[in-house]
Parts: sequence; structure tokens; C-alpha cells
Amino acid sequence: MTFGGAACDACLRRAWLLGRLSGHIEIARRAHAVLPELLALPSSRLLAAVGGTYREEIEAQLARVDIEEQRRKAITAGLAVTCRHDEAYPPQLRDAGDAPAALYVAGRLEALPQIADPDQRTIAIVGARRASREGLEVARALGRDLALAGVPVISGMALGVDAAAQRGALDGGGLSVAVLGGGADVAYPPSKARLHDALLERGLVVSELPPGTSPRRWTFPARNRVIAALADLTVVVEAAERSGSLITADLALRLGRDVAAVPGSVVSPQTAGSNALLRDGATLVRGVDDVLDALYGAGAAPSVPRGAGETLEPQLVEMLDVIRSGHTTIEALATATGDDVSTVLIGLTELELRGLVQREPGGRYAVRL
Amino acid sequence: MLARVTTFAIDGIESRRVTVEVDIRQGLPAFNVVGLGDKAVREARERVRAAILNSGFAFPQARITANLAPAYLRKAGPGFDLAIAVGVLAAAGAIPPEALTRWAVFGELSLGGQLRPCGGTLAVAEGAAQCGIPGLVVPEERGPEAALVSGVDVAAADSLSAVVRLLAQGEHPPPVDPPPGPQAGAAETDVDLADVRGQEHVTNGLIIAAAGGHNLLMSGSPGTGKTMLARRLPTILPPLEHEEALEVTRIHSVAGLTPPSGLVAFRPFRAPHHTISAPGLVGGGTVPVPGEASLAHLGVLFLDELSEFSRGALEALRQPLEDGRVAIVRSQRTAVYPTRFMLVAATNPCPCGYAGDDHRRCACTAADHAKHRRKLSGPLLDRIDVLLDVRRPSAAELAGAGTSTSSQEARERVIAARERQLHRAGRCNGHLTGTEIRHFAAPDDRGARMLRRAYEDGHISARGHHRVLRVARTVADLAGRDDVLGQDVALALSLRHDHAVGREAA
Repeated sequence: MTFGGAACDACLRRAWLLGRLSGHIEIARRAHAVLPELLALPSSRLLAAVGGTYREEIEAQLARVDIEEQRRKAITAGLAVTCRHDEAYPPQLRDAGDAPAALYVAGRLEALPQIADPDQRTIAIVGARRASREGLEVARALGRDLALAGVPVISGMALGVDAAAQRGALDGGGLSVAVLGGGADVAYPPSKARLHDALLERGLVVSELPPGTSPRRWTFPARNRVIAALADLTVVVEAAERSGSLITADLALRLGRDVAAVPGSVVSPQTAGSNALLRDGATLVRGVDDVLDALYGAGAAPSVPRGAGETLEPQLVEMLDVIRSGHTTIEALATATGDDVSTVLIGLTELELRGLVQREPGGRYAVRL
Repeated sequence: MLARVTTFAIDGIESRRVTVEVDIRQGLPAFNVVGLGDKAVREARERVRAAILNSGFAFPQARITANLAPAYLRKAGPGFDLAIAVGVLAAAGAIPPEALTRWAVFGELSLGGQLRPCGGTLAVAEGAAQCGIPGLVVPEERGPEAALVSGVDVAAADSLSAVVRLLAQGEHPPPVDPPPGPQAGAAETDVDLADVRGQEHVTNGLIIAAAGGHNLLMSGSPGTGKTMLARRLPTILPPLEHEEALEVTRIHSVAGLTPPSGLVAFRPFRAPHHTISAPGLVGGGTVPVPGEASLAHLGVLFLDELSEFSRGALEALRQPLEDGRVAIVRSQRTAVYPTRFMLVAATNPCPCGYAGDDHRRCACTAADHAKHRRKLSGPLLDRIDVLLDVRRPSAAELAGAGTSTSSQEARERVIAARERQLHRAGRCNGHLTGTEIRHFAAPDDRGARMLRRAYEDGHISARGHHRVLRVARTVADLAGRDDVLGQDVALALSLRHDHAVGREAA
């Protein structure tokens, strides 16, 4: 194994404690405890803050924890562990005062140095779970193009934008990194189990919680702080006014990272949050070039190798242009191109098979980015 | 005195000869009916007594026993009334026994002595012809239906007294003409494909589905016209052949749904509500009756809101779809009903119904979409070849003229395409087997390349591969071509439903 990392006993003890106190932190959060401050507390004070009547019992358990067993458990679950005091630990995480003590890593471990390398720029793409089709398509295309440009893409594997970006990065053949709110071996949400498998095979899955830990409400904002700290730039695709993605953006700003956002409709509540970020000075992202400019400075960015691939017949190029200009239904396309419906459908199938358009409900076709 | 009257019991969609024996002898006045009858048969006693008295005949004050033979056969329904009444009158001497060797009787009696129509008359007439019985008495309304069968003298009587006049005095009621055969004009209603505004790809899809006998799924928001389109499908199917019309009439007759003309001359269109039970859909009951799937035989079975149908009902459709018939097994016997219908299903694109709609935003979560997809997937979808995405027509489309294709034009194309198919394989493309597909629907190089790519990129499944080829075969047939070309495959691919039903982006 090319992974040379190892976690020290103290950090593993801390990780165990977090898992043990997971429910207690949940309750403390309900009583309006502030999460970053809680997580920044040293173990004894954290225990005092949230342990309640179980404090002494847990303290005793903590003293007895078999660290070797914890290590074995991680290995059995297919996880490697690194910690703040380890060389393999991504140094940018240390910027955060509440950085995770231990980091469980699964997947292509040899890729971990890529995100730990200070010279390697990394991107986080986050956004709404219930995103629009366009939002998902933008996230997917951004993930894919960044992967093609060799930039690791970090996200939270959540439904919607997160998963689309991670899937896109995998499709682009790049490094896709998921930071999970539960144990790295736990596929959450369950409907993304296939994505989780693909990430274990070709990407990276990281978490600060011990294997087998179920996610709780507090673990998601906690995971967001890891995403924000890992990435040089956080791109928000579709966030409503009170969205978890805005928490990630806010955490990134506090760490001195850049924040960018994809503009959305000014009338849609689904993009109100991301638009507000733009008003407050976030970098505007229209596509991968804007992201690369923001990362490397204008003009200094590596170029994205475009899928040159096959050359399209002239009538397919024309059809693609007509779809881009807003004629998305079969009938509208027929009117605009002057072809009959069958010819249009044949052309659309050709485009669909080449991954250039996508069939959608209502007899409508959308251009893939 | 003993009298024997011939009548028939309905068994599935056929009839079986039943002899009603009536015995009258001295004793305490009593009237018993034996011979494995259901409640309606036992109640026949009251109807028969009242009908005889109200028709002005004497009811024997003696011990009367009526036996329906053979005794092992279950007998259901009121169709035995007339036979029992005639038997009583014959045993009492009001009807000469010779007449009963030449006539079989079938019908329900009202208390006033009128003859009421009852289901299964066509099957009864066919039974009479098979048994070599020269004459059959049926209720007046069912005369034309019975007259469809040649070789039987049909007497359509309106009352018990008319029947007695026929049997005792040979006074034959006016003869009835069989109804005209199925007409070339297609459907019962005056709907026409030309009524459809916009949505040309949908009318095209309907023609393809009709031409190949492909089962069809329409997906679209509420109010986009899925039902309207489905109703127009029978109008573009080839008209029923005479034999087919008889087949359909036989089933409808057993279910008591014969039209006044006596012959179901049009392809049936059945649209059961989604709360229907499995027996309602495929047939059932202690004495089996045909279900909607059989009533749609040779026509269209339309299942609106497919995802709302109970799992059990949809599961039950498997055998009918696969075999073209359904067997209802009961302890006594098995009834077999034909079910060669074209399945047309409709569904909302998502639980809220508005995914992909121009005017309303879809309110569903990804989990809702996944649930919808799960409900739709399954054995039924495997049998569906064509998916049509239906969209609300734009204002301009609504205001414009209908599509240029009328039902008649479409039907002519469908008939021509079907002739090619029947000539080639002896059946519609929608029913081609795997071997036949390899044999008859092998695409050219370009088509094969497209299919390969679609499969590799996960656009179609292995089964979907077959479905696409079946549809491509039909597209080529509609174009009058023997070869399946790339363009046919491309068009067929645009009608596939693999991974397209209840889909969400990314």
C-alpha cells in the first residue's frame, strides 16, 4: 500500500469520543450550542459540555478504549486513518481551529497526497439537494470538466448537486472526493450507494468519524467544515436562503478560502442563497473556465481537454444549435428546422447517443453541457 | 307426468347442454329445483310460478320437481327460468312433448311473464347448432345476436305466452335478420385522430404502436390528453374481421354487455378504474365471469394512472399479456377466456404529475421520483415496447388546425404494415419472439452500431434491445421496407422506455 499514514493514539481516542458523544452533541445542538466551538473544545471540556449525567461513565470508557482494536476495526472496514500529527494529513485542514483530529480515508488511498499537496488546487462543489435539472446538469458538467483539467473535486455525496458533481468528476476520470457525515464506510444517503461504491473504487471517501458511525443532524455541518477547509475554492450551485451549502460557503470564507457561485434566476427561491453570495462578492461562475481563472488567475489556467471525438454531420450541428436557442420540444424543432417529426427524432437519437442531448419528461430534449 | 326441455348453461365463453326434467305427481303441493344451481336458479321457482299464473295458465297444485341435468355441472344465473316454466307447462299437458324435441329454450322470466334478455345468448345459439337442435327460443332483444349463428331456427319471443303459442300451436314469431357485419368505419364513437392538436410525434407513435401491435405507455402531466389519445387508438386499428367480431361478441354476451344490434362490430375499448381488483381485471368469481382484460380482447385495454393500480391486479395481467388468454381455475372446472388486447397505459411523469411541465413546477423530491419509478417498473413494463412523452400543446398548436393525419389515413397505413408482418411472420411485430427478432428484424450496420452504443452507454437494457428491434421492424414496415435501417433503429430508440420512466436528471 502506498499509503504511509498512521494515526496516533490520542487522535484515535478523540475520534472514538466523537462517535461515542454523537447523540449527546445532537442534544446539545438542540439546546443551541454552537457547533464549531463545541468541536474546537479539547476532549475533557467537550465531555463536560455535552456528557451530562453520563459524563463520568463515558470518561471511564474513554480511559479504557482499546486503541489497537479501533485500528483493527478501521482496517476491517477497509479504512485507513491519518491524524493531525501525521504527514499524510492534508495540511490545509489544520487551518481550521476545529479541524478533525483523525481522518478516516477509504478508496484510492494513493490519491490522498493529491489533495494534501499544497501546490495542487482543489475545488468543492456544493449545492441544493433538491436542485433543478439545469442545476444538476451544471454541477455534473463542472465536476467533469474540472476532472478533465486535473483538479480534484470535493463534495458531500448528498442528493442533488453534490452527487451530480461527484458523478461528473468520476466520469471525467479525475479525483472525486466525498466527505461524509457518517463513517466513511456508511453509504449515506442510501440511494447513493452505487456512487459510494464507485468512489471507493476510483475516488476517495473521508470522514472524521469512526467506521460504522451513523450520520446525525450535527454531523452534516461538521462535515461541511471539512469540505470548506479541504478546498481552495468552494463553488455553490443552487442554494436557497437557508441552505446547508451557505454554511459551507460561510465556513470557507472564515478560513480565508474563496467562494464562487453559479448565478440563478432572480425569481426562483431555490437560487436566492447562491445569488446572495454573488451580490456579496463571490466569484461568478458561468462554466469551468471561470472556475479555473479563479483558481489559477486569468489566463494561467490549464486548458480543459475538450472531447474532440467524432465530428458531427452538419444537420446535427444545426439541430444542436436550434435546441440551444430554446426549441426544446420535438414539434418546435420540426418547425424550426423544417424537417418532419421522424427526421427530428432520428437526429435527436443520434445526438442522445453521442451524449450531447438528454431526453426529458414531456417530450422535451435538453442540451448536455 | 314427466317433461324434458333442452336448454344451455354458460361455461366460460361456451355453453353446455342442460336438460331440464320436470316431474309432476300427486302429493302435498311443492316446487323443488335440484341440480347444483346457484341462488338465482333456486329463486327461479318464484319467478316461474308468478310468470305462469300471470300469463293466464294454471299452475299445477301438486308435487313438482325440476332437475337440471347433468347434476355435476354448476349452473348459475336466471337463464333457466324459461326452460323450467316450459317444463312445468309441458308436464301439466299444456305443451305437446314433440315440440320439445325440436326446440331448445333460453331466457329469464319476469313475474308478469315477459321474457328478459340474459347474457350468453350467442354461446347458447352456437351450442344449439353444435348439438343439432333445429330451433332455439330466445328473448326478443337477443334475437339478432342468436341469428348470427347459422343452422338454427331462431324464434325471438317476447313473453311466455308467445313461447307457448309457438310450441303448442306452431305460431312462429317474425323471423329475425342477423346484424350487419363489422363495418370498415372503425370506431363506435365519432372520435378521430384528426382531432388531435399539435403533438405530431405522439400521433406518429400511436400509428407505430397500432401497426406493430406494440403495447404502449404514455407519460405526461394531468390534462395533456393521454385519455383522449388512447380513445383514438381503436379508430386506427384494422376493422374487426367477421370471425373476430363473433369472438368479441361471445365474450361481451357472456358478460351481459351485448350492444342492441347484437354484434360487437368495433374493436372494444376498456378503461377500468385503477381501484379495480385482480379478479375484476382478469376474470374470476366462484362461477367465473370474464374480466376487463377479456372484454378488451382484440381491442384496447387502457390503464390510466398505471402506478395507482394494485400490485396484485398488475401481477395478474402477466399471464394474459404473455399467453393471450387467461385460465380461471376453480375446483369444479377451469374457464379459459381469450385476452389478446393491446395494452395502453398512462402515467404521470412523477407523483405530483408536473415533471417536465411548462407551467407548473414539479414538487417531488428525488425520493418521490425513485418511489414512482419502483412502482412502475416490474413485469408489466417488460411487456411494453413504446413510450410516448405527452406534453400540453402550446396555445398556437391548440388554435391551429388538427394534425393532417385522419384516422382513416392512419388506419390504411396500419393495415398495409400489418399485412407485411402477417405475411412475413404470421403475427404482429409486437409478439415476435427472440428468435424471430434475430431472423426478421436484424438491422443494417448503422442500426447495429447505434444499438450497441445505446446498450454500452446504459440507454437500454438487454430486454430493451429486443423491444427496440421489434419497434424498428414496425417502423420499417410502415415505410414499406424489408430491411431495418439505421434510421428505423434511431426512431425506435426515441420511443424506448428503458431508464426513461420516472426518470430524474443526473
